[in-house]
Amino acid sequence: MTARIGVVTFPGSLDDRDAARAVRLAGAEPVALWHRDTDLRDVDAVILPGGFSYGDYLRCGAIARFSPVMGTVIERARAGLPVLGICNGFQVLCEAHLLPGALTRNDHLHFICRDQRLRVENADTAWTRDYTAGQEITIPLKNGEGGYVADEHTLDELEGEGRVVFRYLDLNPNGSRRDIAGITNAAGNVVGLMPHPEHAVEDLTGSGTDGLGFFTSAVKNLVGIA
Amino acid sequence: MARVVIDVMLKPEILDPQGQAVQRALPRLGFDGVADVRQGKRFELELEGPADEAALARVREMAETFLANTVIEDFTVRVEESTAPADTAGTGGTR
Repeated sequence: MTARIGVVTFPGSLDDRDAARAVRLAGAEPVALWHRDTDLRDVDAVILPGGFSYGDYLRCGAIARFSPVMGTVIERARAGLPVLGICNGFQVLCEAHLLPGALTRNDHLHFICRDQRLRVENADTAWTRDYTAGQEITIPLKNGEGGYVADEHTLDELEGEGRVVFRYLDLNPNGSRRDIAGITNAAGNVVGLMPHPEHAVEDLTGSGTDGLGFFTSAVKNLVGIA
Repeated sequence: MARVVIDVMLKPEILDPQGQAVQRALPRLGFDGVADVRQGKRFELELEGPADEAALARVREMAETFLANTVIEDFTVRVEESTAPADTAGTGGTR
């Protein structure tokens, strides 16, 4: 059985092709999903890619969150469907309240683009099982509004429940509270992060292959050999 | 017809780097004495009907679910009288 992983394209998505390519390299079948679709075409998992959905109008992810496809994604995610939100996808997941908190303008106001070292804090989610807790990985980071914020109570809850999945190392690139780069929901099926694992899946294109584990984790999870 | 104005501001505890950048620029431009700047958004809605309680309840629902992200932002809703004289405080406006 080949796992089918959907990749949503919103108007303004940039990294849907790279996400689909990463899915293929991980041994799964990428399935293109359009923002107007309400049917998820029998996919086993969904990726919300990076980019500038709907031009980032109003707030990043705010309009995408109300797109037809997200109506179904939200419903299915609550029932356990694995969903990964990368960068703009993370912003969409926060706007949809599938993940707590919000992403705000980088504290230094500049768009940042760099290879970012991260520590994997939680290797038990649907998207991180091919890593080990404490493992350090380097994947590209590129955003203008990547500062993770939430109230102290929510931050304490995330830390206490092991729901901080990735933390920035070396420097905090955008003013994120407690160096948080990515989080998960209580069930561990929904993961969002600002850095881009789909850009680090092949030696040929640089930045190493540290990102491939996201996609192989999902595949193993889906075919039941995790 | 009625005009409803919704102001959306980052919550006081949320860092506003854009407001800070504006504040830092002011003295360079010769505008002294500004202790703090917060930047927000203003929405002007032209309602098809009157701004009665039912309409305002819908506007608040709209602000709560869409126009503001209440995780990080607060909003206020107020009705602007459409018969009010044009704003004469500034000359740069487009109204």
